[in-house]
Amino acid sequence: MVDVPYDATADIPLAEVGEVELYHPRSWWTRYVFSQDAKVIAIQYSLTASAIGLVALVLSWLMRLQLGFPGTFSFIDANQYLQFITMHGMIMVIYLLTALFLGGFGNYLIPLMVGARDMVFPYVNMLSYWVYLLAVLVLASTFFVPGGPTGAGWTLYPPQAILSGTPGQDWGIILMLSSLILFIIGFTMGGLNYVVTVLQARTRGMTLMRLPLTVWGIFTATVMALLAFPALFVASVMMLFDRLLGTSFFMPSLVEMGQQMKYGGGSPILFQHLFWFFGHPEVYIVALPAFGIISDLISVHARKNIFGYRMMVWAIVAIGALSFVVWAHHMYVSGMHPYFGFFFATTTLIIAIPTAIKVYNWVLTLWRGDIHLTVPMLFALAFIITFVNGGLTGLFLGNVVVDVPLSDTMFVVAHFHMVMGIAPIMAVFGGIYHWYPKVTGRMLNEALGRFHFWVSFLGAYAVFFPMHYLGLLGMPRRYHDIGETAFVPASAHDLNAFMSVAALIVGFAQLVFLFNLIWSLFKGKEAGGNPWGAASLEWQTPQTPPGHGNWGKELPLVYRWAYDYSVPGAIRDFVPQNEPPAGSLAQGAQP
Amino acid sequence: MAETALTDTVASTMRPAGWRGIAADWSSDQRAFKNVSWGKAMMWIFLLSDTFIFSCFLLSYMTTRMSTTVPWPNPSEVFALTVGDKKIPLILIAIMTFILISSSGTMAMAVNFGYRRDRAKTAALMLATAAFGATFVGMQAFEWTKLIMEGVRPWGNPWGAEQFGSSFFMITGFHGTHVTIGVIFLVAIARKVWRGDFDVGRRGFFTSRKGHYEIVEITGLYWHFVDLVWVFIFALFYLW
Repeated sequence: MVDVPYDATADIPLAEVGEVELYHPRSWWTRYVFSQDAKVIAIQYSLTASAIGLVALVLSWLMRLQLGFPGTFSFIDANQYLQFITMHGMIMVIYLLTALFLGGFGNYLIPLMVGARDMVFPYVNMLSYWVYLLAVLVLASTFFVPGGPTGAGWTLYPPQAILSGTPGQDWGIILMLSSLILFIIGFTMGGLNYVVTVLQARTRGMTLMRLPLTVWGIFTATVMALLAFPALFVASVMMLFDRLLGTSFFMPSLVEMGQQMKYGGGSPILFQHLFWFFGHPEVYIVALPAFGIISDLISVHARKNIFGYRMMVWAIVAIGALSFVVWAHHMYVSGMHPYFGFFFATTTLIIAIPTAIKVYNWVLTLWRGDIHLTVPMLFALAFIITFVNGGLTGLFLGNVVVDVPLSDTMFVVAHFHMVMGIAPIMAVFGGIYHWYPKVTGRMLNEALGRFHFWVSFLGAYAVFFPMHYLGLLGMPRRYHDIGETAFVPASAHDLNAFMSVAALIVGFAQLVFLFNLIWSLFKGKEAGGNPWGAASLEWQTPQTPPGHGNWGKELPLVYRWAYDYSVPGAIRDFVPQNEPPAGSLAQGAQP
Repeated sequence: MAETALTDTVASTMRPAGWRGIAADWSSDQRAFKNVSWGKAMMWIFLLSDTFIFSCFLLSYMTTRMSTTVPWPNPSEVFALTVGDKKIPLILIAIMTFILISSSGTMAMAVNFGYRRDRAKTAALMLATAAFGATFVGMQAFEWTKLIMEGVRPWGNPWGAEQFGSSFFMITGFHGTHVTIGVIFLVAIARKVWRGDFDVGRRGFFTSRKGHYEIVEITGLYWHFVDLVWVFIFALFYLW
């Protein structure tokens, strides 16, 4: 990757792309509120996503209180419990993780990491955020409408999602579907920007195979999102028509309360296919940016180049492609043809290969590295552990015969929380601790960070690891109150209570993190331009935090990949991507 | 044999062949698509995403058409017009299709004249395209009115499966919305062309960026896409 022909540099003109015309804000409003600067948009996205994510966190406390101590909290009835799980799932998956990884990390890091001044269409990028904010507001408004938010479960399966027995049938489901449609419109505007910026707006010398893996992960996830969200869009539009106009796309003939309903002839399974054609890629839309971020964190904090960069890239692309042909493994119990189950189980298990390649490469990157157990590194290690744990239970659930008895039990809940709840959140935290100095110019407090890490990591394990056992006992998910059931022993109830206490503690640890974010903004240690000694381009900006246009007068020239750590003969233990070949070796030992 | 040896020497100095070559070209410096502007790349990727939306709509329609237990109304009878005292099947749709395909022709000519910086002809051809598009939407409104008068509703119709009406209104409505948006863009950009914005480098109102004649081609990409989608809707909804 370092093999630039040394004499080629003479021919490289200064990299100023003619097409760039920066938008220059003229007032406080256009600088900080209706800003077209990707960095400001990224912070807006992150703050909005975190705010709605806090709502989802509180909902998870309420759910855990009910599960741990059934009957104690009279203000949580069965309907509300269903509303809580629905909103918790939907917010966490779409409005928090998707928006935070792509809108937040993507907007901030893509232009900086590829050496661009901004996203290619800043105005569209700004619109993307405002439509996203509207989607979040519409979603949040469902808490205040008559009947409350929908309680259909985050999968919104018809026919129950729009029937009168489901809470939120009046307004909740309508607003939920509208909010999803808005989210997809807003995301498409941003997503087009991210993809075109990576493909067409890189600086001189930045080939695709020199991109940091963070960009690869976000880029592939965005492409997937642009192809997967259409299915959710179509499903939402059709269900909205079923609910509002009385069409029967997803609604078969039904008898409700002894009355024949006006619906007839629709296909509920069709919704499941559309939903999971979106829903499974969505898992990787959340996971791939996390993969990328973790690769970079491990390489920087172990002072070692990433092992098998080329394989890592191909693994990301292969996972992205494969994730479009596995969707029906969520539907083994839907009554589809058994041969489908065979096909989808096979493709599902094939995904384990590129995923395992990634895990091995992370471990081999750590192998004999100069590991600094900084807070970002701790989160990166925690990511690998939780991801492997969740991935292994995925092998259970990917097999039809094993999935059928485990389906709709707490085992499934434990699996997907490990693999796409805890693991990506670990990557988010790691990413925040890592890039916060770039965004603010100050370090996050180390001691508070360590406290936050250990409580969150051990606490999350305390919540979700025992959940596997509950699932194997057959404890069903989505039940408000399990009651006196022969197959659930009394000790399981104690375990539930223990998990609930752990969940509350984990939740409060996040308040410490929030305090750290705000406190360090004013009182944190000055970071300087490159506190971690990282080689990738975003740490080489002339100003920290980067100014408008990112790069001063001239765009950087890139001579190498982003992983030149501990290069023999180099002066420092890292060589920035934009350092000319001669400079790094000037005073080094002779090879 | 000598030829083989010669080829080998040439190959060693050339870029890698086959898949490796494709990967090397794609991942090469600065741009994956050389000589493709940001706007054009963005439109292509958007159209790819939009293709998935229309595919999902059409696949859903086909699934519901197969899953419903009631007979599907016969399109050639439903979409027939009585001219004189003869019922001519699909005549309105045939004319609509002809108009929309023709509009692709005027659009292609507009792109050509755009690159020649022929302001008057470009603007005129874009307006002609917009007029064809508006005619198409108008005829679709007529068709909708006729069907609604005959009792077709999203939740039912006199002839059979209720998914007929719901799919029809949803798919043609979504396509008609695309055509309408295209017409609005065509008129807006025709105005800019006519005013000479792209010759003097005038900055856009919202984006404060300078426009180029290339925007004519980008609008054209969208327009041709909408036409192409109509061909599929025509084939899968009206002819099936």
